[in-house]
Amino acid sequence: MIESSLSQMGAALRAKKISSVELTQLYLDRIAQQNPQLNAYITVRPEASIAQARAADARIAAGTAEALTGIPFGQKDIFCAKDWLTTCGSKMLHNFVSPYDAHVISQFNNAGAVNLGKTNMDEFAMGSSNETSHYGIVKNPWDKARVPGGSSGGTASAIAARLCAAATGTDTGGSIRQPASLCGISGLKPTYGVVSRYGMIAFASSLDQAGPMGRNAEDLALMLNTMAGFDERDSTSLQRNKEDYAREINKQVGADKPLHGLRIGIPKEFFAEGLDIDVEHAVQAAIAEYQKLGATLVNISLPNTRLSIPVYYVLAPAEASSNLSRFDGVRYGYRAPEYSDLTDMYQKSRAQGFGAEVKRRIMIGTYVLSHGYYDAYYLQAQKIRRLIAQDFVEAYKHCDVIMGPTSPSTAFKLGEKGDDPVQMYLSDIYTIAVNLAGLPGMSIPCGFGANNMPVGLQIIGNYFDEARMLNVAHQYQLATDWHSRAPQGI
Amino acid sequence: MITYRPYLNKEFAMSLSTSDVEKVARLARLAMTPTEIEVARSQLSGIFGLIAEMQAVDTGGVTPMSHSQDLAQRLRADVVSESNQREAFQAIAPQVEGGLYLVPQVIE
Repeated sequence: MIESSLSQMGAALRAKKISSVELTQLYLDRIAQQNPQLNAYITVRPEASIAQARAADARIAAGTAEALTGIPFGQKDIFCAKDWLTTCGSKMLHNFVSPYDAHVISQFNNAGAVNLGKTNMDEFAMGSSNETSHYGIVKNPWDKARVPGGSSGGTASAIAARLCAAATGTDTGGSIRQPASLCGISGLKPTYGVVSRYGMIAFASSLDQAGPMGRNAEDLALMLNTMAGFDERDSTSLQRNKEDYAREINKQVGADKPLHGLRIGIPKEFFAEGLDIDVEHAVQAAIAEYQKLGATLVNISLPNTRLSIPVYYVLAPAEASSNLSRFDGVRYGYRAPEYSDLTDMYQKSRAQGFGAEVKRRIMIGTYVLSHGYYDAYYLQAQKIRRLIAQDFVEAYKHCDVIMGPTSPSTAFKLGEKGDDPVQMYLSDIYTIAVNLAGLPGMSIPCGFGANNMPVGLQIIGNYFDEARMLNVAHQYQLATDWHSRAPQGI
Repeated sequence: MITYRPYLNKEFAMSLSTSDVEKVARLARLAMTPTEIEVARSQLSGIFGLIAEMQAVDTGGVTPMSHSQDLAQRLRADVVSESNQREAFQAIAPQVEGGLYLVPQVIE
């Protein structure tokens, strides 16, 4: 059952071949057995999950089940879930039992899905290796000496190890796509504004976007159908008609050339210096497979790609320093045990509650927004952000989707980049521009590199083109089996 | 593996001073020891070396982009939309008394 797709699981539940309680218990047992090694979950509450499973079974019996009813999902610990400890990977929220549900959590609950637990993550989603979590590093199930990627590393590790049917992630600079790539799973960051940010703890509000992570494109489509939609509680939520993201997934132009006519843009900047040779080989092989499926290649250029890192490391910390000013030790979260006055209480609570990477980014953000530096840093970064977005507008005049690597390397070793923030930031080179432009992007498994570690193919779509991207990914997954490989011993 | 080659721009390839970092820590309300300030100074200087690359870009005439969709801020009617949940919210506060949040005395 754990190798079944979400639609197969849903069908088995509705046919009463298995109950949601049985399926949930199966995953809870797997978590109990494997989470001590992987640390993919921060919080599990078996009694709460089983109670949801019972309610799902009742709904199935009553004949009112939906596609996801009774299926157990992991939820990234960035989403507030009522009565669940919601830490965001930080000591600052070590005691924060959320009094309310994020929009994404409500959507899963309304669909009758089961919450299996809250998945580990880099503290406040700031990291590319899941080594900044206050609740310990997460291991990659393909090699436990390696990182799972970040910030949605707990989600990616849990999916690869089959410790949930699928799970949620969030992506500010690559935090869905990069861990999906490093753990050999599929993940989709939708167009900015498609999934409500209500109740999703804010990092960089103009870039943050939630999305589905799972084993294949079909599963992502079903999840996105549940997650997406207008929500008036998020001022940047887009008012659009409800979409069925699976509507094009089985579209085939011809039986032997299902993607005939698809124009794939290949940006030369994504295959330049800095890309590891094993990743390049796997990605080139995937692109060759796409040509067999009927696609044609178009050479394109995204000339400002290199600037996306400096621009991101101005804009994201600036927004983070503002968003994280709410953590003051007064209304919720961590408060220092000893302090002399109000200012001292703020300073000590924040110094003790935040980890090193979060403090670093708060300081970068505070500096670039401080008096005298705003124009040189923040405003200049916002202007270059537009140039980066225009690169994509120009490229999409000549192609339908853009493809390249998700990450310049496969999963690196734990601790390898831990004390060098600049090296860590550079590992986001291929994903960040997509967030700056607000475009949808996904990563799907496309082979293995050195040391038998998974490689991800990044597919970048035009605005609101998720249904087409899912079709493009699914047709590849019908022709290949990289997405169904599992780590040994799981 | 990407190796970073710093972009040399004398005006902006800056290194932060200890007092710069102390000021930022104060503005951000982060208590830091002198040792932590020194570590932060070195790391932040490295990061600003990375950021300096964007200073040489000609952005004359480019409109800053704050949102990918360039939409106007949506407005709503000025009506109460939330119910009173004071007990639930105060249950997770570090220190409360009589329905109030307690902080150290500010006014003598």
